[in-house]
Amino acid sequence: MNNMKLNLFLLALALLAPTVLYPVFLAKVLCFALFACAFNLLLGFAGLLSFGHAAFLGTGGYVTGYLMINSGLTPEIAIILGTLAGGLLGAIFGKLAVKREGIYFAMVTLALAQLVFFFYLQAPFTNGEDGLQGVPRGALFGLIDLSNNMVMYYFVLTIFVAGYWLINRTVHSPFGQVLKAIRENEDRATSLGYDVNQYKWLAFVISAALAALAGSTKTLVFELASLTDVHWHMSGEVILMTLVGGVGTIFGPLLGAGFIVTMQNYLSGGEMGNYIHIIMGAVFVICVLSFRSGIVGQLMKFKRNNF
Amino acid sequence: MATLFDINLFALFGQLLVGLINGSFYALLSLGLAIIFGLLKIINFAQGAMYMLGAFIALLALKYMGINYWFALILVPLTVGLIGILMERFLIRPIANEDHLYSLLLTFGLALIIQGVFTHAFGSSGLSYPVPEALKGGTKLPFMYLPNYRAWIIIVSVFVCAGTWWMIEKTKLGAYLRAGTENPQLMQAFGINVPLIVTLTFGFGVALAGFAGVMAAPIYSVSPDMGSNILIAVFAIVVIGGMGSIGGAIITGLGMGVVEGLTKYFYPEASNTVIFLVMVIVLLLKPAGLFGKEA
Repeated sequence: MNNMKLNLFLLALALLAPTVLYPVFLAKVLCFALFACAFNLLLGFAGLLSFGHAAFLGTGGYVTGYLMINSGLTPEIAIILGTLAGGLLGAIFGKLAVKREGIYFAMVTLALAQLVFFFYLQAPFTNGEDGLQGVPRGALFGLIDLSNNMVMYYFVLTIFVAGYWLINRTVHSPFGQVLKAIRENEDRATSLGYDVNQYKWLAFVISAALAALAGSTKTLVFELASLTDVHWHMSGEVILMTLVGGVGTIFGPLLGAGFIVTMQNYLSGGEMGNYIHIIMGAVFVICVLSFRSGIVGQLMKFKRNNF
Repeated sequence: MATLFDINLFALFGQLLVGLINGSFYALLSLGLAIIFGLLKIINFAQGAMYMLGAFIALLALKYMGINYWFALILVPLTVGLIGILMERFLIRPIANEDHLYSLLLTFGLALIIQGVFTHAFGSSGLSYPVPEALKGGTKLPFMYLPNYRAWIIIVSVFVCAGTWWMIEKTKLGAYLRAGTENPQLMQAFGINVPLIVTLTFGFGVALAGFAGVMAAPIYSVSPDMGSNILIAVFAIVVIGGMGSIGGAIITGLGMGVVEGLTKYFYPEASNTVIFLVMVIVLLLKPAGLFGKEA
């Protein structure tokens, strides 16, 4: 019930936010928040550390960008196709990755994502280093022009809420409970008769598709799909967002994404821009050494101890 | 030009040589990873950064202190090893009892910091390190021209890998290390200082990367991202080989270098992806890896 109130409060905040803050910035935060929530579904609730989620973000972005430039499709169809493409890639990668566990899982996903990176670097339709620039936002259902940033923001918010709702539903469903059981004790879950790899695979596919949804949306917001989105740095960033916010919490990835995106925006404006990777690395180290439960985890601990 | 069945032998042998050289570095790096993994059960994401650090320290030592290649070959691995020892003692050990994924993330963060510092200080374009005087020139073989420095890399790498293998399999220290891999608690009960062995092992594994960095400086351009580029390929190689055996890591490293070289000749478009494709095939056919023991 408490979560429900908090959700409504956050939604009200999100609805009012563009009156104060720049809508493109807010849309960016929402895209990364969705990306981080999708990632957290895998790490936080199934205990699987993917080091290759940039592949799905980037695939969504490239597919949607390509369709918007080269076909007459409306944005919602392009986003759906981008999401499906990411889900399909996730289905293939998931099949391979769930064959290994723990640290190997991380290495396999990283290597597969690097394969995808080289593919987009060399493929003829991605414009290599330049990326797909000037992606038109188009008109939603052929009716609502998205070129206005305010309209675009509310469209992104709608997508985010849908994705966020789906993740919450998944986490609290019987399927989500089995995932948690696998995270806590894989052998026991197996002995109870669950096909563990099948569950992990499905979680991977959902997570990949939602990451692609975030990427597709992001491409429309920025009118750009580039190699940055498929680079391993991006896979690291989403881990950092989730870690800072709180792994395995519902709100953690939201806060983490907000924190990291704000930090990046703030830093890249000033002369500190050169230090951005150093600072990100330092945040990583600090989080791992002394802040493993993240912002939300710490808050929950604080609440438990004091109220 | 010598051709045989439409194959340009000069070019083919040239690519094979490049493949063997890359393979030497893959072998040194994956060997270091495998040794660290054996005892600490963690993957050192900063292994690539340590390789880069090795190359940069050699470069800076030459430029500012006049320390030549031969001294660097000894001093740099010691320096990098010392950095690794400090890293293990003060950063990794405090979280040794947490989920091992945290140490992966910790070393990832360290890699970002190290790479970021060097990018900031030296830019992202590469610097060059001169080939040592004694190894300049080359030898003309029937089918190819073999630069001396490249021959040196292959010989030394194989020698270092074999030496490491011998040390681990045949010496008392290696026996401790293997025992620690099997059962650290029991070893501790026998009065052996396990934390010390763990620290030294980490230092040694990282020193191997530093050594590879010095070896690489004269032939590759020394740049801040040289480590991260090679590391992801090495991760795939580790998955291909499985980390069950030290020998397996060495053979897979060299072998994948050769496969990459052959691909560069026959189908260059796939040369930077072939290692990952092999990984996919291995995962399908033998998920535990070619030399893997675990299920």
